[in-house]
Amino acid sequence: MAFAVLALARTRNLFAAVVLSGAYSFLMATVLVALDAVDVAMTEAAVGAGVSTVLLLGALHLCKSDEAKPAHRPWLPLSVSVATAALLVYGAMGLPDFADPQAPIHQHVAPRYLQNEVDVPNVVTAVLASFRGFDTLGEVTVVFTAGAGIIALLRRRKHKRAGDGQ
Amino acid sequence: MIEHFSYIVTVFLMITGLFIVMARGNLIKKLIGLSVFQTSVYLLYVAPGKLVGGTAPILAPQYSVYSNPLPHVLILTAIVVGVATLALGLALAVRIREAYGTIEEDEITELDNKVEVLEEQTGPRP
Repeated sequence: MAFAVLALARTRNLFAAVVLSGAYSFLMATVLVALDAVDVAMTEAAVGAGVSTVLLLGALHLCKSDEAKPAHRPWLPLSVSVATAALLVYGAMGLPDFADPQAPIHQHVAPRYLQNEVDVPNVVTAVLASFRGFDTLGEVTVVFTAGAGIIALLRRRKHKRAGDGQ
Repeated sequence: MIEHFSYIVTVFLMITGLFIVMARGNLIKKLIGLSVFQTSVYLLYVAPGKLVGGTAPILAPQYSVYSNPLPHVLILTAIVVGVATLALGLALAVRIREAYGTIEEDEITELDNKVEVLEEQTGPRP
């Protein structure tokens, strides 16, 4: 996964970058399976590796597929990134250990979710549709807004083209 | 150190995404970097919910230890929202390409500067 990401940062061919990001998404899906998040892994494989790649390829079809060489070496972004990384690693050292059953995340509401109050064996589905139903409603709103925005953006272009033709 | 390995992987992915967003001028490349950043956040949320010896949170009589289902739910929402924003960003990039003929940040700034100089010389466009 690290190799895929580093290659992604280096390559200038956008088509290669899109294919690499698809491969990266599949690798992330396998990592999520290993972390017991099967629902998330399935969504990541379908949406992250599937739909995103199709969208990126569609956009590439409309734009040109090579990236210009940067005018200067990226020293400033590199130093900012390294500084942020150092800060984040320092902060992560204060977080609970990996797979620690006493961690706060396992003490709060999760035990109640696992008591099967809504009679659905898949707890993720139960939480998504029942306990946190309003979240899902908000998600649908976001997707609708994004869809409306895309239609507004690309529709204007067609009108303009029709105007150019006349 | 080994107990925090998952966090270090997360930070590495996050930083690579951040670097791509900052250092690359191409708008599509920036969006790919943004999605790498986003994926690292999935890892950041899901990794602490794992328990050793636990299984996926689908209730069955033969298991008693399950991973925490709450981060999974939050990240499911985040993935779908992420794809929606990616699609919106790509639509913006395509629109910029229509207007400027390029999706390189430097070239767009250059074109904007040229337009400004022209407007100072000849007055604003009607």
